[in-house]
Amino acid sequence: MGRKLDPTKKEKRGPGRKARKQKGAETELARFLPAAGDENAKRLSSRARKRAAKRRLGSAETSEMNKRPGVKPLPGKLPKGISVGALQTPGKKGAQSLPNTARGKKRPAPAHSSDEEEEEEDSEEDGVVNQGNLWGSEDSDADMIDDYGIDSNSEDEDEEELLPIERAARRQKAQEAVAGGPWSEEETEEEEEVSPESGPQKEYETDGGLQINLDEEEPFVLPPAGEMEQGAQAPDLQRIHKRIQDIVGVLRDFGTQREEGRSRAEYLHRLQRDLATYYSYGDFLLGKLMDLFPLSELVEFLEANEVPRPITLRTNTLKTRRRDLAQALINRGVNLDPLGKWSKTGLVVYDSSVPIGATPEYLAGHYMLQGASSMLPVMALAPQEHERILDMCCAPGGKTSYIAQLMKNTGVILANDANAERLKSVVGNLHRLGVTNTIISHYDGRQFPKVVGGFDRVLLDAPCSGTGVISKDPAVKTNKDEKDILRCAHLQKELLLSAIDSVNATSKTGGYLVYCTCSIMVEENEWVVDYALKKRNVRLVPTGLDFGQEGFTRFRERRFHPTLRSTRRFYPHTHNMDGFFIAKFKKFSNSIPQSQTAPGNSAASTPTNPDVPDLKGQVTPQPESSSKPAKKARGAVKAEWHLQKRQRPRKTSFQKQNGIPKGADSELPTGPSVPKVQASSKLQGNRQPAEQAVVIRKPKVTGKLKQQSPKLQSSKKVAFRRQNAPLKGMDTEMPSGLSLSKPLATWKPENCVQPQGAEKVKQQVPQKPSKKAAFQKQNGTSEGPQTPTMSPLSASRPPPAKRRKSQSRGSSRPPLS
Amino acid sequence: MRPLTEEETRVMFEKIAKYEKILKLAANIAGDKLVSLGTCFGKFTKTHKFRLHITALDYLAPYAKYKVWIKPGAEQSFLYGNHVLKSGLGRITENTSQYQGVVVYSMADIPLGFGVAAKSTQDCRKVDPMAIVVFHQADIGEYVRHEETLT
Repeated sequence: MGRKLDPTKKEKRGPGRKARKQKGAETELARFLPAAGDENAKRLSSRARKRAAKRRLGSAETSEMNKRPGVKPLPGKLPKGISVGALQTPGKKGAQSLPNTARGKKRPAPAHSSDEEEEEEDSEEDGVVNQGNLWGSEDSDADMIDDYGIDSNSEDEDEEELLPIERAARRQKAQEAVAGGPWSEEETEEEEEVSPESGPQKEYETDGGLQINLDEEEPFVLPPAGEMEQGAQAPDLQRIHKRIQDIVGVLRDFGTQREEGRSRAEYLHRLQRDLATYYSYGDFLLGKLMDLFPLSELVEFLEANEVPRPITLRTNTLKTRRRDLAQALINRGVNLDPLGKWSKTGLVVYDSSVPIGATPEYLAGHYMLQGASSMLPVMALAPQEHERILDMCCAPGGKTSYIAQLMKNTGVILANDANAERLKSVVGNLHRLGVTNTIISHYDGRQFPKVVGGFDRVLLDAPCSGTGVISKDPAVKTNKDEKDILRCAHLQKELLLSAIDSVNATSKTGGYLVYCTCSIMVEENEWVVDYALKKRNVRLVPTGLDFGQEGFTRFRERRFHPTLRSTRRFYPHTHNMDGFFIAKFKKFSNSIPQSQTAPGNSAASTPTNPDVPDLKGQVTPQPESSSKPAKKARGAVKAEWHLQKRQRPRKTSFQKQNGIPKGADSELPTGPSVPKVQASSKLQGNRQPAEQAVVIRKPKVTGKLKQQSPKLQSSKKVAFRRQNAPLKGMDTEMPSGLSLSKPLATWKPENCVQPQGAEKVKQQVPQKPSKKAAFQKQNGTSEGPQTPTMSPLSASRPPPAKRRKSQSRGSSRPPLS
Repeated sequence: MRPLTEEETRVMFEKIAKYEKILKLAANIAGDKLVSLGTCFGKFTKTHKFRLHITALDYLAPYAKYKVWIKPGAEQSFLYGNHVLKSGLGRITENTSQYQGVVVYSMADIPLGFGVAAKSTQDCRKVDPMAIVVFHQADIGEYVRHEETLT
């Protein structure tokens, strides 16, 4: 059964389907065009008429096209279907008709369908612009001289001496000048006239046509506020969608398109309501998004959240290569492509005839289904072989396994998650992928580093509100409100501080921490990062990702540290991956600064910001300190304690990894001022480059902002000094130290960020005189005699000696405070 | 459960020795919080027999002396936990004895699991197409089917 193919009865076939269509389009256009044929006929010269006649006879030759490379493609004349005159008249409001007619010589006015195909072929062969095929190729007279469409009865008789092509070009220019603009513009303005133009030009005209239509629309009228309530019952989505577009259009050009008497706020309010209804968002979240995005982006973002992101997978290089895997999957019927230049292991799946999560390759652990944005934090982390890595929130194990494959199964990874259920998937995934260097634990992330610390690198993919992955979980649209965001932010801050404390700043190859979330909220991203910068001795470094939007340095009423520009944001509508935020920290000191700002004070004061970059610049030349200075620092701390008095309770866990005596923390906020000052002065005198500063435990009490920074700074200085001078020297030098601390005290309260910078500077200062001078400059004071400003700081006394002793032992176990 | 061959035992202990460094670090973690360490080969039952898990496949496969290759059509069935029938058998190592531990591969040389040969190589040739030739013991489909109980 089946169709019997009888070769003897061959079906006669006429011109192909496409040929018919193309011809048809032109004939349709001819309907729109004025009867130009008549006009053209008038303009045809005798030669043109002869040619037309010849063409009618049906001899098509392709040679013509080749002779007209120089002519501008503009006058997209349709090859045949439309009479030349017809083509010409519409073009450029008739201005081009002349050249067109001139060319018409070559192109017979009457439609010659048979020639069309040839012409088009010719044009393509020539490589001339598509429009080229529209003109001139239909000339079937091989022996005719190609005059490039110049009419023999052209007005420019004096141009005879020019080459035909030059004449044609001149004519073109004249036409254009008359027409007053580039072709495309004119075409767009003329709706029907453009149609004769070549195919590509048709696009212009359609755009032009749309534009015209829009202009003619009536201005949008904002419905009165009362209408909003009515809409709640049965929202007409079409109407709402239209209204959204209208409002966006109005707001884009508010000055001219606004309705009198209506404020911008009304429009925005209405828009918010409509967007919430149309896309099913809660009001809170939509309000946040309106703050975050400009209106045009907002609509794109909302649209992107309705559509899932493409499925991506990551090759497990422990077991296979991307090339082999791609081949194997293609053989199974999966349509895929490499992910992009930025990834060497990623593949994006367009469609698949087999379930991509159940292929034998998947089960054999050759790849892992992972979102493209989830690959980025691991790339930013850049783990090296034989390192110790902590992944604090590892479930379901995609990032952990990526880290392991980058390390080639060397070193140790500690994969931790607080959710026991999801840990099972971590176990399964890691076993499946053949990861052998990982320990999986079930702790609350905040318990690090008490459990174990001193990691070379830490990855913290913090639990978040999930506003970047709305396309995966639409419930986020409605179930998130202010409380949730703040709760998430609070947890993230705690986790981030724990993560920072788990990093070993003195690691030879590391000392880095990557913080990332799948959220786009500023409260969970930049705010948390800024908080950490104020609270710990860390600084932001470039992530190494060369794409993505920079993080905000200011948002509404908040101001963040300028280095937040090195963080990266990713959006579904711009990068086609889940919303993400990535920040990379470098820890430069294992000491923990005493808390200097109230928890609620999130905004870093702007005046201090300019200082920080300078400080940071000073810090950068300094490499991570080795353990040696740490020991000296410990000794220095001893003396420091002697001077300082701190009764605040201290956390013990932090000290463990730092190996610095806990006693450092014992300084009270009040106390530090005096001793620190002294220490700092001493340090400066010695110019010790010790990186390790005295560990100052972050006191729980955060009331005393002012004292904190000087304390930190002075403590660090003490550490430096320790290396050189014996303990006893300290007391005598105290007075001199006071002068230094004063500048510290003065500007400390201003900026949360500053203390870190100051500390950094302090560390550097002992090293070189220049640095010291710079530091002092920043403080705005010169080294010198004590000033009365010191007094508030010097009020406190140094901590009791007992603490010092315990710490001087340098035990890594901090005594419980 | 099947007894480990001597080679498998040696291999297993070799691999375990490599975990020393990790063990030291893991000692810091409280017992009830430690979920997994390295690769779990298997578990000891209450009667002190040792059951191999599929997670040991990576280590067994390179050292397998007796291998069985199954046809693409039979892959899915095996990955669902079914035994291998003669109709699905592609290749089998020569002179495999009956009840010998074997590693099951796909035709693309991807290890799919392991089992026990139900028939010797000679018998495999004679038996009818619907007869079982390999008893299923563990397959990589368990990563998805038994994720909860894996380790």
